Amino acid sequence: MSESISANESVLRLQDLRKCYNLGLPTEVEVLHGLNMTLRAHDFCALVGPSGSGKSTLLNLIGLLDQPTDGELFITDIATRHLEDEERTLLRRENIGFVFQFHHLIEAFNAQENVLMPLMVKSGKPNDEQQAWAAQLLEAVGLKGFEGKKPSELSGGQQQRVAIARALVTRPALLLADEPTGNLDTQTAANIFELLRKFNQDFDCAVLIVTHDARLSQTCDRTITLVDGRITEDVRHTLDKQNP
Amino acid sequence: MWIESTIALKFLRQGFAQTLLILVGIGVGVAVIVFIVTLVGGLQENIVSRTLGTQAHIKVEPQQEVNLIAPALDNQVRLVRQDERAQRLRSINNWQQVLQSMEKIPTVTAASPVVSGPAFARRGQALKSILVIGIEPERYEKIISIGDNIVAGEFKVSAGNTVIGSVLAKDLGVRIGGKLRLETGDNQTAVLTITGIFELGVRELDSRYVYLELKQAQALLGLFGGVTVIDLTVSDIFAASLVADRIDRLTALKAESWMQTNSELMNALKSQSLSSNLISFFVALSVALGIASVLAISVTQRTREIGILRAMGARRAQMLRVFLIQGALLGLSGSFAGAGVGWVMVWVFNEYGPGLFDIRPSVTIVPIAVTVATIAGVLAAIAPAWRASRLDPVAAIRYV
Repeated sequence: MSESISANESVLRLQDLRKCYNLGLPTEVEVLHGLNMTLRAHDFCALVGPSGSGKSTLLNLIGLLDQPTDGELFITDIATRHLEDEERTLLRRENIGFVFQFHHLIEAFNAQENVLMPLMVKSGKPNDEQQAWAAQLLEAVGLKGFEGKKPSELSGGQQQRVAIARALVTRPALLLADEPTGNLDTQTAANIFELLRKFNQDFDCAVLIVTHDARLSQTCDRTITLVDGRITEDVRHTLDKQNP
Repeated sequence: MWIESTIALKFLRQGFAQTLLILVGIGVGVAVIVFIVTLVGGLQENIVSRTLGTQAHIKVEPQQEVNLIAPALDNQVRLVRQDERAQRLRSINNWQQVLQSMEKIPTVTAASPVVSGPAFARRGQALKSILVIGIEPERYEKIISIGDNIVAGEFKVSAGNTVIGSVLAKDLGVRIGGKLRLETGDNQTAVLTITGIFELGVRELDSRYVYLELKQAQALLGLFGGVTVIDLTVSDIFAASLVADRIDRLTALKAESWMQTNSELMNALKSQSLSSNLISFFVALSVALGIASVLAISVTQRTREIGILRAMGARRAQMLRVFLIQGALLGLSGSFAGAGVGWVMVWVFNEYGPGLFDIRPSVTIVPIAVTVATIAGVLAAIAPAWRASRLDPVAAIRYV
């Protein structure tokens, strides 16, 4: 689990980050054009933009699931562009939590095991302390008593809450959420947002949420707007935070 | 390895119908291999034991007599036209010493001096061509167990007593206690009391073999104190040729193994083994291909889970191991079940089969089959596992 990071420390820093597809081919297309931004430990940030603006591509790059074409991407001040796949995997599992639009739980495992999965792939059979921590997280997302349920036995909102608990189980420095409320009704979506906010404050975990929901994005501390692969707006909604 | 094994097991359990189907496939394949190998092994053992039940593993004889031809001088070419020499009955020189030497060879389990030659058996007007075999009964019993094949009387070969084959007894109309007159070409004769009648199940032997005490046979054949053959048995019957070659090289005698005298049988045995091995190989190959195809499908079915696990921090090597373990588990459990079924098939064959011969599964066949199937499972899983480990997590997560 990552060491605690002070509020002013950058968890994520982009430096002229570019991403091209079909590099060197006639169909070459640049989807991200030299992005610069920084995310600090307490940031609760929304990433908005129209479809095709490059939000998911950016999230995949930040999540170290994909590699940039140019520029640099720092996770907790570690330059990642030239890291090998193995090193990026280790950095990802130490520092980054994922919440996907479709919960992406593994059906073969129950809720508790799904929450424990990032710890299990890291260090094998979970010990009592880790089991208790997973149960505590499930309780925190309102799913006490659902530990033994398979994902298919849970509602959409419950599944997404299990996914949030799973993303937090390693106490990551950065939580990435790709439209986590996209498939949920308004009330459930608001609850999920509240949960993310709570964990942002309780765990000092920077949160970056891709969303189309303007109302929800307004509840974030900061909104970054991406249009055609460029950051066109970066707005803080509260005055007590540092400028980005 | 705990998490890899857990994921592998959960994936196999989740796709239960698919897992069960491939397990049945592996089980049937391994059962066929166990049964075929046991059947062919049993058949060969039966043929060999029947063949070797009536002959020595190695026969040591004097070299054949050849014409002595003076070597050509330098710058001379000599053309020779010769008639091969007739082979008379000859004794092995110093056979007692030779016998002792043979007994000292570690792989030789028994050695017996034999004097044998042609003669006639006469009773009244009936005259039959026979083979006189002079033996020391105690030694000879260790080479060919005539005592086990006695159908009348007992195996008692001593001065004045003889044991003959059942066909010869029938042809001459003699029975136990009856007299038999033997004549050789050198006008030597002997009248013997029949003490036993044997049946080896080979017509040629049952109609011609007449066992005499060694000294009496030597006198009858005119080879006083001599023996024409030393019969040997060895601990490993399939190493008989090696021992025979060694005796050939170390002595001035001719040693011939049962494998050389039964070369057609050896060819048949080799062909049987080859067929059995080919069947086993192709069945094992189809089992391996079955595992590979099921795992290839499994990787496709699990693409999204693989992407999620990668996003959760699973390393490529871990994903590789998940599918290799699946291959090993399928091979291991399928082959255990298959070996059990194969064992049952062997039992059914022995209990309800044609009853011509019994087959016994070797104790090594099950561990070998299980090990081979498990290794085949792992090897078959390499390609799908490699593909799983190389999946792009972004594309894998999006896979529907």
